[in-house]
Amino acid sequence: MNKIIDKVNFSENVVKLVIEAPDIAQKRKAGHFVIVKIGEKGERIPLTISQADPEKGTITLVIQKVGVTSHKVCNLNPGDLITDVVGPLGQATHIHNSGTILCAGGGVGIAPLLPIVEAMKKAGNRIVTVLAARNKELIILEDQIRAYSDEVIIMTDDGSHGNKGLVTHGMEEVIKREKVNEAIAIGPAIMMKFASLLTKKYNIPTVASLNTIMVDGTGMCGACRVTVGDKTKFVCVDGPEFDAHQVDFDELLLRLGAYKNEEKQAYEQYLETLN
Amino acid sequence: MTNNPEYFKAERDQEWRVALRSQIKNKERTSRERVKMPEQDPNIRNKNSLEVNLGLTEEQAVSEAQRCIDCPNPTCITGCPVGINIPKFIKYIEARDFLSAAKTLKETNSLPAVCGRVCPQEVQCEAQCFYTQKLKKPAVAIGHLERFAADFERNSGKISIPEIAERNNIKVAVIGSGPGGLAAAGDLVKMGYSVTVFEALHEIGGVLKYGIPEFRLPNDIVDVEINNLRKMGVEFITNFVVGKTSSFEDLKAKGYVAFFTASGAGLPRFMNIPGENYVGIFSSNEYLTRVNLMGAAKADYDTPVLFGKNVAVIGGGNTAMDSVRTAKRLGAERAMIVYRRSLDEMPARIEEIHHAQEEGIEFMNLNSPVEYFADESGRVNRMRLQKMELGEPDSSGRRRPVPLTSSEYDVDVDMVVVSVGVSPNPLIPSAVDGLNITKWGTIHVNPDNMQSNISDLFAGGDIVRGGATVILAMGDGRNAAAGIHAYIQQTLVN
Ligand SMILES: Cc1cc2nc3c(=O)[nH]c(=O)nc-3n(C[C@H](O)[C@H](O)[C@H](O)COP(=O)(O)OP(=O)(O)OC[C@H]3O[C@@H](n4cnc5c(N)ncnc54)[C@H](O)[C@@H]3O)c2cc1C
Ligand SMILES: Cc1cc2nc3c(=O)[nH]c(=O)nc-3n(C[C@H](O)[C@H](O)[C@H](O)COP(=O)(O)OP(=O)(O)OC[C@H]3O[C@@H](n4cnc5c(N)ncnc54)[C@H](O)[C@@H]3O)c2cc1C
Ligand code: SF4
Ligand code: SF4
Ligand code: FES
Repeated sequence: MNKIIDKVNFSENVVKLVIEAPDIAQKRKAGHFVIVKIGEKGERIPLTISQADPEKGTITLVIQKVGVTSHKVCNLNPGDLITDVVGPLGQATHIHNSGTILCAGGGVGIAPLLPIVEAMKKAGNRIVTVLAARNKELIILEDQIRAYSDEVIIMTDDGSHGNKGLVTHGMEEVIKREKVNEAIAIGPAIMMKFASLLTKKYNIPTVASLNTIMVDGTGMCGACRVTVGDKTKFVCVDGPEFDAHQVDFDELLLRLGAYKNEEKQAYEQYLETLN
Repeated sequence: MTNNPEYFKAERDQEWRVALRSQIKNKERTSRERVKMPEQDPNIRNKNSLEVNLGLTEEQAVSEAQRCIDCPNPTCITGCPVGINIPKFIKYIEARDFLSAAKTLKETNSLPAVCGRVCPQEVQCEAQCFYTQKLKKPAVAIGHLERFAADFERNSGKISIPEIAERNNIKVAVIGSGPGGLAAAGDLVKMGYSVTVFEALHEIGGVLKYGIPEFRLPNDIVDVEINNLRKMGVEFITNFVVGKTSSFEDLKAKGYVAFFTASGAGLPRFMNIPGENYVGIFSSNEYLTRVNLMGAAKADYDTPVLFGKNVAVIGGGNTAMDSVRTAKRLGAERAMIVYRRSLDEMPARIEEIHHAQEEGIEFMNLNSPVEYFADESGRVNRMRLQKMELGEPDSSGRRRPVPLTSSEYDVDVDMVVVSVGVSPNPLIPSAVDGLNITKWGTIHVNPDNMQSNISDLFAGGDIVRGGATVILAMGDGRNAAAGIHAYIQQTLVN
């Protein structure tokens, strides 16, 4: 049982929670995630550790409501207990100095991007970050990202904040303008697919952080498997970050939809219980 | 320890046993038929998750116990990896002292209700029984009797909690809460150590909980045993991945002086054939975990699982049987086993194969999948099978399956469970510098005391043996507990 210390509503559907988890806060590095379960009958879902404070013994999660479990997590309040939190899981980001790094974050993917931007900046890189979302409301953590970026470009689908357009427009602008040594893309699978196609065109090594369906998060079940360079990899233990140009995003997209009908039905039923 | 010949002889010479032996002539004992375990009807049980085996009645148990002739040289014991005093517990059943029978089991086996249900008795204790060896008759039903005594004790509410030595406040860590970890924890706490069991999942029990289904081993039974360990003072910490949440160094800094790793063989293997990552293709670990641990088939649980009409399970072991029988219970019209060798070579327990056949599982032996196909949503809808024949024996002594050329044909499926084995969980091996690992990825230990080349690290169960059995993992746990005790006595106490 882990206690919620603080909560911030970024928007109607995106929430930040600060959670007491001293062991995890000690060990966690950029790129790590936790698995969270709400209630005895709950589902296990993966969430990236966006920030951590080893002194206070807390970790920060940023969650977007997409279905039953993420909704339940977002509805928790300071003082509430989370039934299960386990981690830190996955491989930490390989932090190094490569020159200029183009970081692209889409929607709630901005949360996992934050610790990477911070660590890469501290390693001496020049950081240009492109944040993208449907509208102004969904651009989260902008100030924190700015603190560790040399430049931030904002893209929204409706133009309500920054420039109007997709994440790839912002990225291409940077690539055409200056030498980019490396790119990182985190966001919805479809966004990472197109970001990856773009950087491939320009031969820029790119890392994507994959958000597959998971169960245990320790390599035991294979629910999280993806094809990377013709090999099957387990995202929870081999990833979550991979060479984006090697990832079979179409397979990833199909596998993410594995329970679409079941999930949609469960979510509708759940939302009714809230009324 | 309890497994020496003098002890067995002394026990056998006790007055009550001598008297019992003289009550019924051996000729009469050996002329009886072996008891038949009462079972749920196949066509009812394949639609529910209740236990298939219903357990012996008292009369059945006593009558079966009378078959055992209390051999002067009880060879059955040599077939039991933990050396249970089999005739002693059986004679207590004959004497209707069921609680003493249960107590006898617990002298060497901390989970008798589990072993009585899932041990492959036909290749262990029962294979060495006098009946099998000399009389060429069906063995005394040792497993059924073990289950009976353990269940009787549990239902009586008079569970005996073993005596515990005075607390010595020396901390020992057990990693993994499967049968290996539980057995080690039980013995160590009895010796007076402060034992903490660290478990990566949110539940205690390892494969007993997430793998073996309710219809063979109800979770409640495992929970009773775990609660006994709690009462004895074992501390359980869930959601704790050793090597991730804390390193061995961190745990040493917290005062742990020795470690027993029973982290299992949790890494599922796939066949690496085209289409294997389509939606609807699971590892057996994923499928069974969703259903058993996460309650996915129950309406009020959040975790989803797919329900297939035509389900193929690839493999021939216990895990494959459990998966295919689960799929049948969740409504599959066709639930098929696809196995590349013949029925005789299947590694699953004979009882499970029989039960599966009765429940309407189709066996497609001498077949192996070569490719999967999917509809536009990515859901598997067809598999291509290749027929096999048996060739020369391979290194395991079993005849090697050889593909028949141009024998491919297609079968409609909407769900596939791949159950072709597991590899050792690499988490611990990769978390310890300099640990001696075999080429199979298992931890190398001294088989006498289960000590690895790192002196304070002991290991056992599937992480040492690859895929093995519940009772072997428990035997390792007990061995390691003795090894850890000796190690601590040598290095710390004086
Ligand atoms: C390593 C990792 C880190 C993650 N970090 C975060 C994070 O920091 N914050 C966060 O909000 N989410 C994160 N996710 C995604 C998060 O785990 C899912 O949103 C969550 O599992 C959804 O569960 P649910 O029960 O609420 O919805 P479900 O009922 O499972 O899904 C509802 C709908 O959302 C879609 N969906 C399901 N899973 C995902 C997914 N992974 N990505 C996009 N759409 C999905 C499905 O198509 C489905 O129709 C991460 C995923 C991974 C693998
Ligand atoms: C479906 C199925 C059916 C089976 N049927 C039978 C049967 O009928 N009869 C029989 O005798 N055997 C059977 N077996 C085999 C038997 O279950 C195993 O041999 C036995 O459980 C091994 O025990 P163990 O203690 O080594 O590990 P496990 O039971 O595998 O437990 C290991 C535990 O360690 C945890 N863990 C792993 N890494 C870490 C870490 N770093 N930190 C903390 N915790 C960790 C895991 O989460 C897990 O809970 C079956 C196996 C399966 C999968
Ligand atoms: S523990 Fe297993 S092998 Fe030993 S007597 Fe019991 S059933 Fe037989
Ligand atoms: S070998 Fe068979 S008959 Fe003899 S003591 Fe053992 S169980 Fe009884
Ligand atoms: S989530 Fe189970 S193996 Fe990755």
